[in-house]
Amino acid sequence: MSYLVEIWLAAGLVALAAGAAGYIVVLRRAGFAAHALPMAAFPGAAAASLFGFPLWAGLAGFALGGAGLLALVQRSVRRDAATALLLALLLAVGALCLSLSGHYAGSVYGLLFGQVFALGAEDLPVLGVIGFCVPVLLFLALRPLSLSALSPELMRVQGGRPFAMEVFFLAVLALAAGFAVPVTGALLVFSLMLGPGAAAARLCSGPLAGLILAMGLALGLAWAGLGLAFLTDWPVGFFTGVGAALIYLLARVKTG
Amino acid sequence: MSEAALEVSGLSVSQGRVEVLRGVGFELPRGAFCGLIGSNGAGKTTLLRAILGLLPSQGQIKANGRIGYVPQKILFEPDLPVRARDFVALGLDGHRFGLAFPSRARAEKVEAALRAVEAEGFAGQRIGRLSGGQQQRVMIAHALVRSPDLLLLDEPLANLDIKAAAEIIALLRRLSQESGMTVLLSAHDMNPLLPVMDRILYLAGGSALCGSVHDVVRTEVLSALYGYHIDVIRVHGRVLVVAGGGEHDHRYDHEHVTAIP
Repeated sequence: MSYLVEIWLAAGLVALAAGAAGYIVVLRRAGFAAHALPMAAFPGAAAASLFGFPLWAGLAGFALGGAGLLALVQRSVRRDAATALLLALLLAVGALCLSLSGHYAGSVYGLLFGQVFALGAEDLPVLGVIGFCVPVLLFLALRPLSLSALSPELMRVQGGRPFAMEVFFLAVLALAAGFAVPVTGALLVFSLMLGPGAAAARLCSGPLAGLILAMGLALGLAWAGLGLAFLTDWPVGFFTGVGAALIYLLARVKTG
Repeated sequence: MSEAALEVSGLSVSQGRVEVLRGVGFELPRGAFCGLIGSNGAGKTTLLRAILGLLPSQGQIKANGRIGYVPQKILFEPDLPVRARDFVALGLDGHRFGLAFPSRARAEKVEAALRAVEAEGFAGQRIGRLSGGQQQRVMIAHALVRSPDLLLLDEPLANLDIKAAAEIIALLRRLSQESGMTVLLSAHDMNPLLPVMDRILYLAGGSALCGSVHDVVRTEVLSALYGYHIDVIRVHGRVLVVAGGGEHDHRYDHEHVTAIP
């Protein structure tokens, strides 16, 4: 398989997971959590490079740990303040790990703004699992994720468990966001998740169609960004960031 | 002789150190249309949530049959990608995992619930873009879709204009008459419900009285419940419960007459 095909596959798989997760973020009004979890994954990557364990293990471990902490603090304290503090704390840990690991500047840039061209064939299996599992899990949980977001009380009356759904959602979001970090960077994951998700929510009035459309838009966005970056030699993150805003803008204009 | 739809006895609920309900007991016969009346903070929502098992409580609650619940107004944002029909379908199986395969039986239940509340005309619209009265109909359909025997509604008339409120009341009455469903709905003002309710459950000071409007809404009965003198005044078929200024008990003389809504 040629190097370019591998990159395209890797970016596409990450985009499918990010697009699906982003749509649920819009449905559940959890934009802040979606912003925080990539930040939680960032020190994971830094720690992996410092202690020499696999990048993906670091990302998954820290993102899932961040999701667990987030669920706990959100349950006990005010949501936005707690999320913001957690975010700063995790970034600080990441900064420390990077500083200790010695190759500071280059790694910081890659982890914050993306380094998709550094990926290779060995990353594809793990990205394939994420790109397949995250959308499947979200499709299967679409109804309880919707109901518990609309009314936790009705969810409980019907015998469901809203807090368990919140933990489940944050864990899946953490995986999607964490594994997108090497592709788009921790700061720009947000664009790949939220742009397509918010646009799909405007264009489709029902949840199922919206989820499918969000995945399609994210895939298109990632591949377009990659193509343009290849042609112009500008960073991928720039094109996905601008493209995400454009998609949302067009969706708004179209729906009035 | 049919059993009661709901039997509650010795029900006490505390929130923090405050005992919101103290030894509440009442019984609703099958098919009753009962208004749960009390001022703000009297414990109406607490009582409904205790019946639903959402709150820890002491005492006995026995509901014979399935309970449907319409909570207080939910704020749906206009852009929320959930149509009225989607929301009603969530009442059927929104707590379950799995893909919602389109099945005729499932769709028929959802459409029947939408028809029952006359919401077919706007079922395809996003729920956040509907009017307050339309949203209330969709909320009721969400509860109806599982064919409840007992329907609990928390302030379904709040935030509705007079016409929409009257329509919701007429709708609930029709549903109760058609299916024999028992209805318990809370309201801070009993007047819109006077023509339809055959029972009233009056909450004040943590205690409750249940019976016909004629038996419960009387000066001496409500004064005993509140623990101070109030007057029940009937004007043109409406009821005003008024506190203060009573000649019987000057300890609670108020400077101004305040209506207890």
